[in-house]
Amino acid sequence: MDLYAEEILDHYKHPRHFGHLDDPTLTYHDRNPLCGDEITLELQIADGKVADVAFTGHGCAISRAAASMMSEEIIGRSLDELRGWNKESILDLLGIEVGPVRIKCALLPLKALKAAVWGLGEDE
Amino acid sequence: MPTATMTQSTSSQSTPLDAEAIRADFPILERRVHGLPLIYLDNAASSQKPRQVIDALTRYYEHSNANVHRGVHTLSEEATAQYEGARAKVASFVGSCCPKEIIWTRNASEAMNLLAQSWGRANLKRGDRVLLTEMEHHSNIVPWQILAAELGFEIAYVRVADDGTLILDDLSKLLAGRTKLVSFTYMSNVVGTINPVKELTRAAHRAGALVHLDACQAVPHMPVNIEELDVDFMSFSGHKMLGPTGIGALWGRRELLNAMPPWMGGGDMIREVHLTGFKPSELPWKFEAGTPAIAQAIGLGAAVDYLEQVGMAAIHQAERELTAYAMQRLPEVEGLRILGPAADKRGGLVAFTLGDAHPHDIAAVLDNLGIAIRAGHHCAQPLHERYCIPASARASFYLYNTKEEVDLLVKALHKVVEMFTF
Repeated sequence: MDLYAEEILDHYKHPRHFGHLDDPTLTYHDRNPLCGDEITLELQIADGKVADVAFTGHGCAISRAAASMMSEEIIGRSLDELRGWNKESILDLLGIEVGPVRIKCALLPLKALKAAVWGLGEDE
Repeated sequence: MPTATMTQSTSSQSTPLDAEAIRADFPILERRVHGLPLIYLDNAASSQKPRQVIDALTRYYEHSNANVHRGVHTLSEEATAQYEGARAKVASFVGSCCPKEIIWTRNASEAMNLLAQSWGRANLKRGDRVLLTEMEHHSNIVPWQILAAELGFEIAYVRVADDGTLILDDLSKLLAGRTKLVSFTYMSNVVGTINPVKELTRAAHRAGALVHLDACQAVPHMPVNIEELDVDFMSFSGHKMLGPTGIGALWGRRELLNAMPPWMGGGDMIREVHLTGFKPSELPWKFEAGTPAIAQAIGLGAAVDYLEQVGMAAIHQAERELTAYAMQRLPEVEGLRILGPAADKRGGLVAFTLGDAHPHDIAAVLDNLGIAIRAGHHCAQPLHERYCIPASARASFYLYNTKEEVDLLVKALHKVVEMFTF
């Protein structure tokens, strides 16, 4: 089935950058209370760019795969560039059709990323 | 395959349902989803509609459509007669002596908001207590929380045991003091538990409290009689009992309803209006401001006719057997954990978790196989917090579901395990 393409399931079962950073510059926690998806995104920033990233949390295959794929993609990118990311940036990464109900799952990591890079609600 | 839990004695000698004949009445059951026959197991969220209900809506719009209680023309008189006729059917269906005890609302949530905003506002104050349970639907929690924030009364909760039943050991303590209302669900929409309504109601009344029963999951599925249950208020919704969306009801004892102030103002709820003030209409219209959901009420009347023709005892019995069968088969699926009590203590639904698979993923895979179930917290987040899970998957049954559909559900869940096991 399309929603669970092999690559999505692979990222779900073997998420990249899952865990914690030693000394994150930015940390942002967000959740989707309707389905219980949760993500804590940690970013290491150097020279205005993402030097490293890690995430933890739990959620459905779509939200977890989105977080994993997004993490791979943002390393080396500038905060300015990431501030310009939108829904399409994530959907392009996922490469699947996401319906109106599951879109929230897919976009939760992006929501956390945007909040983090815009400096909103930093935990520390 | 019969099991010990299937031999219930709660229903009288009801004849078994003719599933094939019933299914033929529901046009939607002919459709295919993702190329496969629809297996609809989300009845606790909303039921499907038989041809008889759909026809009643069409007939009303094609022949009698007009506003009610106003015109003296033929159409308005027909519409009024059908609309009030539906009220009488629903009243009799739940064992009420008089139609005016049925207040139409948009849904059960609105019924509970009506109760909170009208009865609650007039009767609750600081130092009082409203007793709910941990297994309530949000619609029986939030209206009280909204009002409590304003009026300062206390909300207490009967807790839920691991097996999904209410912990009633300290009920007298919870009822002590100024408990004015006990408001609880007849049947949990998550764990399926059928609560001991009579026992709770007796205890509440002894303590001087009134009882409101959320009967959303009960009225569609089993014989419900308010006189027998002895409750004071009861809410239920039409769309879960084969009726249209947009119609629900609050039933109340008429002396209580008579003493309650109106809650929404507008057309139809007044006897007279002057620049200096108004006098409210009598029951039931006192609580029904504005043009009501006329077609929907008439459709609900047709749904009640249908349910009565099939027989509520027979429906209840068939659902119990199907649920017992599902509870016997579902544990075959690796990692599947059923929430809630044994089959003999529950109604026709089974909520479960499945290993590490997220309920949304379970539901999405099942959908691709034509099977509709619910995933999420089912508007009962506190109960999920109680079980320390963010969400669950739920299959809920109705009179048109079959054992073959349960078999296909089990088969599909094996596929989920295959896909999502690490």
